[in-house]
Amino acid sequence: MGNLIKVGMADLKLCPADEGITTLGLGSCVGVALVDKVTRQGGLAHVMLPDSTAIRNNTNIAKFADTGVAELVRQMESKGAKKSRIVAKIAGGAQMFTFQNNASLVKVGERNVLAVKAKLKELGIPILAEDTGLNYGRTVEFFPKTGEFVIKAVGKSVKTI
Amino acid sequence: MAEFDLDHVENVYFDVLKEIGNIGAGNAATSLATMLGAKVDMKVPRVELLDFNQIGDAIGGEDQIMAGVYLVINGDVSGSIMFLLEEESAHVLVSKLMMGMPREQEVGFSEMEMSALQEVGNIITGAYLNSLSSLTGLTITESIPDLTVDMAGAILSVPATEFGLLGDKLLMIETSFTDDAELNGYFILVPDLPSYGKLLRALGVMK
Repeated sequence: MGNLIKVGMADLKLCPADEGITTLGLGSCVGVALVDKVTRQGGLAHVMLPDSTAIRNNTNIAKFADTGVAELVRQMESKGAKKSRIVAKIAGGAQMFTFQNNASLVKVGERNVLAVKAKLKELGIPILAEDTGLNYGRTVEFFPKTGEFVIKAVGKSVKTI
Repeated sequence: MAEFDLDHVENVYFDVLKEIGNIGAGNAATSLATMLGAKVDMKVPRVELLDFNQIGDAIGGEDQIMAGVYLVINGDVSGSIMFLLEEESAHVLVSKLMMGMPREQEVGFSEMEMSALQEVGNIITGAYLNSLSSLTGLTITESIPDLTVDMAGAILSVPATEFGLLGDKLLMIETSFTDDAELNGYFILVPDLPSYGKLLRALGVMK
């Protein structure tokens, strides 16, 4: 396995069938892995906040669940993927600390997960598997060819969903 | 009254914020040294305006495992303060505090070790905030500490998300420290955006 394509926080990237793509240290953020079942064109988004319409400064579309998922699908379509053939796996959306000081960030992990699910549903993209919530960070690796979504967390065994 | 704005951070502000890190972390390092009965060295603080994808690299890689004590701060200044230790350092620190007691478990931390770390974090972030408060004359109160052992990226995503509400960069005041032996860690103060303005005004560098 060669080097993995790396996706940063509030970022998204495409991944060709034969390669792998990763994002490190998902906390309350959600990693959304998409693949076209036929062409195996893949992609991964690392979304940070649920709703672009709730925020004035929303130019970074990769940052939000709604616009990030839509943009990743759009980019995949430009590489020949068909929306009707795209399937998803998601991970992340943890609550890292018991409290946060900003009211608009209460349960942001949970709300990120709900927002991602709502957007995928709207686009008609089924979620094949998920590993979300709880209180720990996750590093994910996605391999479009096999559809394997590998999840690593501190002090836990590696799991593939 | 001017607003503090991430797209126009003047150089003099960086210098003043560094000085805040210097004084706060200096006090915190002293209290840590007292607790350990050892010398603790502090590096020159860094005030960094980071893109979200640089955040993990700022403290040694997103998947570096850290013990992070996180406190919410409130009052005149709001935001958060964190005390982060590399995992091995956290074990060393706990063992030193418990008079050389061996590690209780091979992987991770026992409940007692966790609570010791939490208490250390509480005391030394308290020292940081006290000095900041006397320097600026601003009231700063802190929440009870919360501790997690996890990847640096996941821990730092908490303040990053806060800044994500406003823009695409995180501004933090970071001071790393080390002792004679094998302790490596960071103090990270992340005031929210309006609080930067308050701190700078209290110190007379911003109108």
